[in-house]
Amino acid sequence: MLLKWLSFVWMSEASASTLPLQGSEVARSWDQLYIFLVALSVFFFILVVGGMLYFAVKYRKSVSKTTEYITDNHVIEAVWTVIPAILLMVIFGWGYSVYVKMTQAPSDAYEVRVIGKQWLWQFQYDDGRTTINELYVPVNKPVKLIMTSEDVIHSFFIPNFRVKQDVVPQMYSSVWFQATIPGKHQVFCTEYCGASHSQMLAKVIVLDDQQWLSWRMGKKIDLNLLPTAGLGDEALAAAVKKQDEEKAASGKPTVQLTGLAAEGKAVMQAKGCIACHSFDGAKLTGPTLKGVFGHDVELLDGSKVLADENYIRESIENPTAKVVKGFSPIMPTFKGLVSETELNAVIAYIKTLKE
Amino acid sequence: MSHSHSSSDSSEQLAPGMVDHHHAHHFANASEEFEASKQGMWLFMVTEVLMVGGLFVAYAIFRSLYPEMFKEAHHLLDWKLGMVNTIVLITSSLTMVLAVAAAQRGEHKKTVRYLIVTLLCGLAFLFVKKIEYTAKIEHGLLPGGLFNFEHAAEYAKSHGTTLTHEKAPLFFSLYFMMTGIHALHVIIGMGLITWLTIRASRKEFGSNYYTPMELVGFYWHFVDLVWIYLFPLLYLVG
Amino acid sequence: MSSTAHAVPGTHYLNNEKGLMSWLKTLDHKRIGVMYLFTILFFFFIGGLFALGIRLELMTPGQTIDFTLPLIGRIVMDAPTYNRFFTYHGAIMVFLVIIPSIPAALGNFVLPMMLGAKDVAFPRLNLMSYYLYILGAIVALSSLLLHGVDTGWTFYTPYSIRASTGTIMVVLGAFIAGFSSILTGLNFIITIHKLRAPGLSWSRLPLFCWALYATSIIQVLATPVLAITLLLLVAERVLKIGIFDPALGGDAVLFQHFFWFYSHPAVYIMILPGLGVISEIIPVFSRKPIFGYRAIAYSSFGIALIAFIVWGHHLFVSGQSEMANFIFSLLTMFVAVPTGIKVFSWVATLYRGSIRFNVPMLYALGFLELFTIGGLTGVFLATLSIDVHLTDTYFVIAHFHYVMVGGTLMAMTGGIHYWFPKMSGKMYSEKSALWAFILILIGFNVTFFPQFIVGAQGMPRRYWYYLPEFTTLNQISTVGSWFLLAGFVWVAVYLWKAIRSGENAPGNPWEALTLEWQSPSPPPLENFVETPTVTSWPYEYRS
Repeated sequence: MLLKWLSFVWMSEASASTLPLQGSEVARSWDQLYIFLVALSVFFFILVVGGMLYFAVKYRKSVSKTTEYITDNHVIEAVWTVIPAILLMVIFGWGYSVYVKMTQAPSDAYEVRVIGKQWLWQFQYDDGRTTINELYVPVNKPVKLIMTSEDVIHSFFIPNFRVKQDVVPQMYSSVWFQATIPGKHQVFCTEYCGASHSQMLAKVIVLDDQQWLSWRMGKKIDLNLLPTAGLGDEALAAAVKKQDEEKAASGKPTVQLTGLAAEGKAVMQAKGCIACHSFDGAKLTGPTLKGVFGHDVELLDGSKVLADENYIRESIENPTAKVVKGFSPIMPTFKGLVSETELNAVIAYIKTLKE
Repeated sequence: MSHSHSSSDSSEQLAPGMVDHHHAHHFANASEEFEASKQGMWLFMVTEVLMVGGLFVAYAIFRSLYPEMFKEAHHLLDWKLGMVNTIVLITSSLTMVLAVAAAQRGEHKKTVRYLIVTLLCGLAFLFVKKIEYTAKIEHGLLPGGLFNFEHAAEYAKSHGTTLTHEKAPLFFSLYFMMTGIHALHVIIGMGLITWLTIRASRKEFGSNYYTPMELVGFYWHFVDLVWIYLFPLLYLVG
Repeated sequence: MSSTAHAVPGTHYLNNEKGLMSWLKTLDHKRIGVMYLFTILFFFFIGGLFALGIRLELMTPGQTIDFTLPLIGRIVMDAPTYNRFFTYHGAIMVFLVIIPSIPAALGNFVLPMMLGAKDVAFPRLNLMSYYLYILGAIVALSSLLLHGVDTGWTFYTPYSIRASTGTIMVVLGAFIAGFSSILTGLNFIITIHKLRAPGLSWSRLPLFCWALYATSIIQVLATPVLAITLLLLVAERVLKIGIFDPALGGDAVLFQHFFWFYSHPAVYIMILPGLGVISEIIPVFSRKPIFGYRAIAYSSFGIALIAFIVWGHHLFVSGQSEMANFIFSLLTMFVAVPTGIKVFSWVATLYRGSIRFNVPMLYALGFLELFTIGGLTGVFLATLSIDVHLTDTYFVIAHFHYVMVGGTLMAMTGGIHYWFPKMSGKMYSEKSALWAFILILIGFNVTFFPQFIVGAQGMPRRYWYYLPEFTTLNQISTVGSWFLLAGFVWVAVYLWKAIRSGENAPGNPWEALTLEWQSPSPPPLENFVETPTVTSWPYEYRS
């Protein structure tokens, strides 16, 4: 008995270690129920598969020459009907009670509006500010997201907080959480939404009281100073990326990015440009940016245009005006979402992407 | 594999009204085969009900969401033409019953005659449908995204009503989907009745074998029944 | 007018007529079953290739497949290509493999024989449903010529309204294949009602027949709803009817309700026949009556009934009302009760038996292991709050592969090994089969178990790019898929060898009591030399 109990304790620890960081109030209750389910499943698995193996070995033909004529046994059948039914009701009730916690947002929750579009997340705050792929929220305070989509169905999923909600066009849906750990938390889109679905990523930036105050006063937060919480470890991602780049660049001279161009690259990563535009010549949903600057670009109507600073600005602010041949006019406008300084940085970076 | 014996095999005497027919080899006797076919047809009707049911569910959902829109839009359907079609189809059901009964009695000529009347009713139904569709298409009363509000408003004005509800195109989506799928069933039914007419004129049905008549009869009544639901739901809202 | 087949010595259903046309025009349920079997295995191979491509691409977080082959040129799996891969994998495996697998292939062959009948009730309809299936497959795959389809097999609106034109072809293909499924179900129901041999009362009906009966009811009742849903989707694209398209005032989530009203019951179309196969295999190789015959038979109907009222559990995070979530979660819990009854009854059948470990029995035991995991993880997903985190992650992928592949496919493979001597008249090498089984069982667990963990960690499904943290588990999974490949190729090789040069099989190699074994192997044209009369229960095993 003791051994059994110990194995359960070990198991709960093991199964908890396979879960993402416990980053919100509700995550704690969720994890308890999950671990209970894992333990219960292991118990029933041992009961069924263990029983099966035990019988299979014990009554194998070479040992068990005769069989017993048994067709049923109402007592045991009642037992294995009623006990699971009761257990299932307990699981249902527990599951529902956690669900209520998940869905009943406190009335004083801080509200942020979320718009999903192929393939980025846009966040609108009460002070009129807008961010892309970075959601700024305070720690230990309830936050409610009111979400809608501009095109197809998306789904807003924060593994660390154990919450997820579909984002549907022409309809508002909402999700709330109370983050407990400051830092950057990974967001995924979990409803398949087309070509760059897997790159429709964002971060919830949970700020401590002081940082939150300065964000509210309109100051910029240096994201490099914030820790990554759980998933989305940027150090690891960078290491993998470096490895890839080394593999790709073996033999080729590498260009060291500095200053403005480096900032431009960072801007393009943060604003979600890379979901559709590659830097290395690969054809994604949109045209690659490699070898574009300073060259003629063929448009849908067959005409040509020189890709200069003004063309790039136009393509960002009014993307459907001059669509490159072979692509669809589906890019959303970034007018008002990219500042002049950021625009300069982006153009500086695109200039470095030579053939 | 011989599915039925060739007629030369048979030397049995046929009673009046009976035809030379043999049941398939895997059935014990002809009545078993008839029962099986009938049950199969009933089951098929169940699948039809569920398929059409999907459309009725969509109708119910949108009508409960926008009752006033349904009221407004249905004025643009011509209930008189709908009524005519209802009468036409009920008549055709009646002649179909008479055709089956005639086949059961082995009255070949009567069977053919009733089948042809049924067929003509079907044609009349489609003709009226065509008049209705042409009028709708002309005046921009088209499904969803193809709907033309300007033309529709003019048309409504000429009918002494208005059409302003922004969800009005939905009504015509449902109208075209429901009546279109129904009309498709009418066409299939007419094909089947044509086939029956040919077989009946070859004197293939009699008191001991009329399974195809009975089954197509079921189907035709079903098509009729669906229309009897569609008519009030689309033409006589509120 | 009785015309039993003249049993000419040496003739049977495989050689009584020769030539390709004699197969293409056959009305014999056995030949139609065999044609289905080969066609389904062909599509299983195609669907499997897509799966291997998916797994290979997921070897590393970013783009993995990018190499140049001599003659062929550069092969790249970018995100749009990957999205097509999982769409075709899902659509082929669901509509062309798993749904028809056991009923149309094994069921067609075995059901009339188990009933002591000469054929199904409507042989011509049976052949027609085979050709509808082929037509559906051709129409669906013709989409490959129209830029392919990247909507996922669920065709969620509004994405599917804007996706490539090929989408229409796949949707129409599924629509046509659906009719094939309806006609098979209809045929089986009437066959079971009308063509049972003398003495084969309902309480003596083999459990495989009960399972097929329950399956057929779902096919007949649920598939028409899919048909109309798919038709509306096509109309949405062609006529812009605006029922599902929010941009035209429609309701995008309504499509999900319609779709899952069919597709959830369809999950039981996929698994119930497998449960039936296991109920046949276990008593035969335990030499004992099945435990709880009635409970197993009724539980199939219990599952079929509940199947129709739980579709909303696919929509827990779709924005449907909390009340609806409450009800659907509660109802879904009850699926586990009849499923549990079956599993416990099978284990109890082993108790005090005399167990032989022939290949079909190994698959049945392997099935029990995998299906138990699939079932238990289903309880996780039925639990409302737990599902919120796990839905649309790899946890769901792992769960339904444990049920659909670990359950249905293991049962199907077991069933093929069980009825192979009857169908082909040959025996296969049990030694080869044992190693293939071990490869498949290990390969399966290595492929899919890591997906539970990576899913719980948060990795979403349908992701071409994933976070580097998930790399190790994905690599294990990919390596597992190669074991699966090796295992199934091995099965194909030794079964083919057995057909070519295997020993002749006796009529009843497993000493089973159901009627199909009371006929020679392979069976004569009309199944039995003399129409059998049933005098006892099919599980009357006594030592």
